[in-house]
Amino acid sequence: MIAIVDYGVGNLFSLKQSLTAIGAEAVVTNQPETVLSADRVILPGVGAFADAAKKLSATGLSEVVRSVVDSGKPLLGICLGMQLLFETSYEFGEHKGLGLIPGRVVALKERISPELKIPHIGWNQLSLIEKSGKVHPIFNRIKNGDYVYFVHSYYATSCDQYVIANTDYSIPVTAAVARGCICGCQFHPEKSGDVGLRILKSFCEWSGEEL
Amino acid sequence: MISKRIIPCLDVKDGRVVKGVNFQNLQDVTSPVLLAERYSESGADELVFYDITASAEDRSLFTDILRQVAERVFIPLTVGGGINSLDDFDRVLKCGADKVSVNSGAIRNPDLISDAAARYGSQCVVISADVRRVNGGMRVFSKGGRVDTGLDAIEWIKRCVDNGAGEVVLNSMDTDGVKGGFDLEMLKLVTDAVDVPVIASGGAGCIKDFVSLFQTLPKVDAGLAASIFHFGQVSIKELKTALKERDINVRL
Repeated sequence: MIAIVDYGVGNLFSLKQSLTAIGAEAVVTNQPETVLSADRVILPGVGAFADAAKKLSATGLSEVVRSVVDSGKPLLGICLGMQLLFETSYEFGEHKGLGLIPGRVVALKERISPELKIPHIGWNQLSLIEKSGKVHPIFNRIKNGDYVYFVHSYYATSCDQYVIANTDYSIPVTAAVARGCICGCQFHPEKSGDVGLRILKSFCEWSGEEL
Repeated sequence: MISKRIIPCLDVKDGRVVKGVNFQNLQDVTSPVLLAERYSESGADELVFYDITASAEDRSLFTDILRQVAERVFIPLTVGGGINSLDDFDRVLKCGADKVSVNSGAIRNPDLISDAAARYGSQCVVISADVRRVNGGMRVFSKGGRVDTGLDAIEWIKRCVDNGAGEVVLNSMDTDGVKGGFDLEMLKLVTDAVDVPVIASGGAGCIKDFVSLFQTLPKVDAGLAASIFHFGQVSIKELKTALKERDINVRL
């Protein structure tokens, strides 16, 4: 069973439906026991970093997510849920994340070409990064150059060794990261059509072991 | 790099997809759920659903359909029509919408866009403007194109973006349903005025119209159309292949 952590931000209907569509059993929950008893956990999120970090910690779910990682179960952060995995975000000030992956979340603005629009919204291509000649297990059903759907204005940086896919928005933008049993996607697999479903399917089968 | 989006638009009335010419003579097309699935499979980048009914009964029928679509189709879904309050945002977001497009609701209540952007984020708020030339100016119309608001279109769109709208759908009423091509003149004024993504709507009649849209106005992010897709005159696959052959970046 997969627990989708509901800490009060964003719309989890599509995410749950996408997991149902690939035959996975998923529950949307804010109950620590349910999250802890799941085989794998998804940390979703849309909206502002500070507000989400505050809610995650106020509900006690940040400690629950840490326990999930300590137990070695696979964890997938999506969009803001991925950004929350990092140490610090500079979205409207400076805010602490979960610190599960070393790195910072910074604004795309001023780093990308001035004629490009913010947010980075729409379908862009993944360039998969191989480690020891292999792509990360969550990408074993897709190919380099496949398109996925992005909506974001901030991105993770200073995390090179954990990056498993980039996308090109005049600069290489971190599209996915992994460290141990943790992985994260800046894009929305639940909104990325067939490619997204295949990524979720691979996550559902991933043991949580590093390459 | 980011690709140009092709977006079929489904006008839903009484649980069916309809499409009128110049907003009149609505013709019944087919089931929204089946059509949405077909479009997603053939490569649509996003779907827009407009609820063009008025009564509360029909409204719940519409959200039922939206929920059924969101259970089967895993690409971004935008919903518009009858969005007048944050409760309306909530209602459609809970049924699987990713973005909500406001039109008359924002004209009636200017705070709607800023309130919605504060609660759900700008990426969720789309301003949809029905625009027609009147006495040499570009005017915004409300209520499905029936009422001239007297507002200057460019000023209105700029104000909505300043208030937090994250995307603009520009529907030219002068070219809508005519199938003579997008309104490039009107679109240029809008892409010059705002920095957020602009979706062109109204006037697509053939593949060539999309080619000239993206070649003439590289700042346009997406092309939206209804009847040419519904009646099978243009298939999304064919369209995207043709765009790719002309070096326009699309997801294939």
